[in-house]
Amino acid sequence: MRSGDFKTSYKEDISLLQTTFIKVCIGLFVISLIGFVLIADKYFVYIINLSAIATIGSLGINLLTGFTGQISVGQAGFLAIGAYSSAILTKCGFPFLLALPLAGLISTIAGFLVGIPSLKLKRLYIAITTFAFGFIIEHLANSWVSLTNGAQGMVVSPANIFGINIDTDKEFFFLVFPLAVLATIFARNLVRSKPGRAWIAIRDRDIAAEAMGIDLYRYKLSSFAVSSFYAGVAGSLMAHYFQYIGPTHFELLISVQYLAMIIIGGLGSILGSIFGAVFMTALPELLKLLSDLFKGSFPIFGEKFADINMILYGLIIMLFVIIEPKGLNGIWNNVKVYWKMWPYTH
Amino acid sequence: MFSEEVANFLQLILSGLAVGSIYAIVALGFVIIYKATDVLNFAQGELMVLGAFVCYFFIVQLHIPIIWAFLLTFVTVAIIGFITEELFLRPLVGEPIFSVIMVTVGLSIFLKGVIGLLWGYMIKKFPTFVSEAPISFSGIVISPIHLATIILTGILIVIFALFFKFSIMGIAMRAVANDQDASLLMGISVRKIFGLSWAISAIVASMGGILLSAITILHPSLSFVGIKVFPAVVLGGLDSILGAILGGLIIGIVENLAGGYIDPLVGGGVKELTAFVILIAIMMIRPYGLFGKEEIERV
Repeated sequence: MRSGDFKTSYKEDISLLQTTFIKVCIGLFVISLIGFVLIADKYFVYIINLSAIATIGSLGINLLTGFTGQISVGQAGFLAIGAYSSAILTKCGFPFLLALPLAGLISTIAGFLVGIPSLKLKRLYIAITTFAFGFIIEHLANSWVSLTNGAQGMVVSPANIFGINIDTDKEFFFLVFPLAVLATIFARNLVRSKPGRAWIAIRDRDIAAEAMGIDLYRYKLSSFAVSSFYAGVAGSLMAHYFQYIGPTHFELLISVQYLAMIIIGGLGSILGSIFGAVFMTALPELLKLLSDLFKGSFPIFGEKFADINMILYGLIIMLFVIIEPKGLNGIWNNVKVYWKMWPYTH
Repeated sequence: MFSEEVANFLQLILSGLAVGSIYAIVALGFVIIYKATDVLNFAQGELMVLGAFVCYFFIVQLHIPIIWAFLLTFVTVAIIGFITEELFLRPLVGEPIFSVIMVTVGLSIFLKGVIGLLWGYMIKKFPTFVSEAPISFSGIVISPIHLATIILTGILIVIFALFFKFSIMGIAMRAVANDQDASLLMGISVRKIFGLSWAISAIVASMGGILLSAITILHPSLSFVGIKVFPAVVLGGLDSILGAILGGLIIGIVENLAGGYIDPLVGGGVKELTAFVILIAIMMIRPYGLFGKEEIERV
């Protein structure tokens, strides 16, 4: 590995993937992932698909919370709006390719609505407002029966692109993976261009940002809008992947899960969002595996699986915040620095 | 005798007052933590349910007389609250508010798991400690437990008012809430006060939990009330104890009135939403609530 980046032209400096080494790494990763999906078991493809959807959602919340500093405890609300709009639109005869961006747009409008009151608010007051928003949406999904079919949930038609029904896990991978990549690249570029820099300035010190001429009103709202668009798209994909949605998919716990993703992955980091999304999607499956292992010798793991799962889940969130506030991305960076200097690490 | 309409209205107000009292108690516990330690505690509902289950454990599973069971419960939850602060919140003093929120969210999931692990999800009936025959008063019917809740809340509030006003501990807690550095210089152990406020808050929460499960049922899902408390404390102002109590009562009454008058018109579902709609409205108009301190930022 090279010990530093030595750039000789502006083009090199602004390119997304800066060294050949990284290009090769990412290329290999994509190829091996696709190869793995082609040969792997359905179960693994399912987890990869869920991770990809979660990545889109967690990128969204990271833009809002990690980059702009507006704590959102209502991500599940935006997901729900995306999922239900997409479900209802396709039911009314809209093609999936149109329903997907429309779901994002409807969610964006909701994002504006939540964003407007929060312009006056700071820090924990925003957390409480978004929290209330998530609660209201979950409640509406439950009780607005004529629109959402209430607690029974809705059956959603599988995604259909130009007459092809995407209803197997492997097919869905080739829909969701490009979208996740696109979302990542867009977010990556966004945070290093003007809006992203304005967001970071607002996060670090809003008064100073305003004094430097950043329009707080505009950039806070735009952050809400972009974030909820991401969530809406993720929600829509989720609906068409599960082919069923109900209020239980959008509980408070889901908002918490998304927050946990970006905390564990790394606040204000694109790569961290991906780490967090994959980690939090794989974690329940890992715990299931563990409990299967111990079930023989300790039967309590079998009976009380859900509770033990929850205890570990809570502990992991707390320990990450206390011990490694920079998250998985921080660990990754430390490892990278260690090997960059190897064997002369100090 | 009241006419039917008036009786109906008073009935709704009265039962709203009973539920509101419980909100007020839980909100009180919430504000005690927020005021002293600046922690927005998302786990208040779980602390509440934990208290109720601990009390249930002492009364039903160990057959301890009710008064002693209450005292034992308070001691137990106080210790749990103290340890929680020591283990999970102490390392985060001075960290950004986001990390603190996330830890309490993690704590709430953790406690949920512990409660489920220890007591399961069967619906339990909390042993009654007052008679169940409803009291009728010129056309208004109230059950003794509702009445007891309202009265107990009143007593509790007086006790806390006296505690904060006259006891050394209470004065020290107010001092810490006011200015941590200054109180440290005056020889108050801020560390101890932090732990203490969690302990007291856990006790208050367990009282709310016991009353609530006596009115309804005992089930882990009661921790839902911990969510309902947010509108109450925001309405009252996050850092005002009086505000929390009034906020809790107001939310309880308004919610009940909405349930009684609006729900039949639209076919239900409004009752649970009311509190949160109020919450968002307050956020837009007066985020520091009725009695809260307005945050003034200096550059």
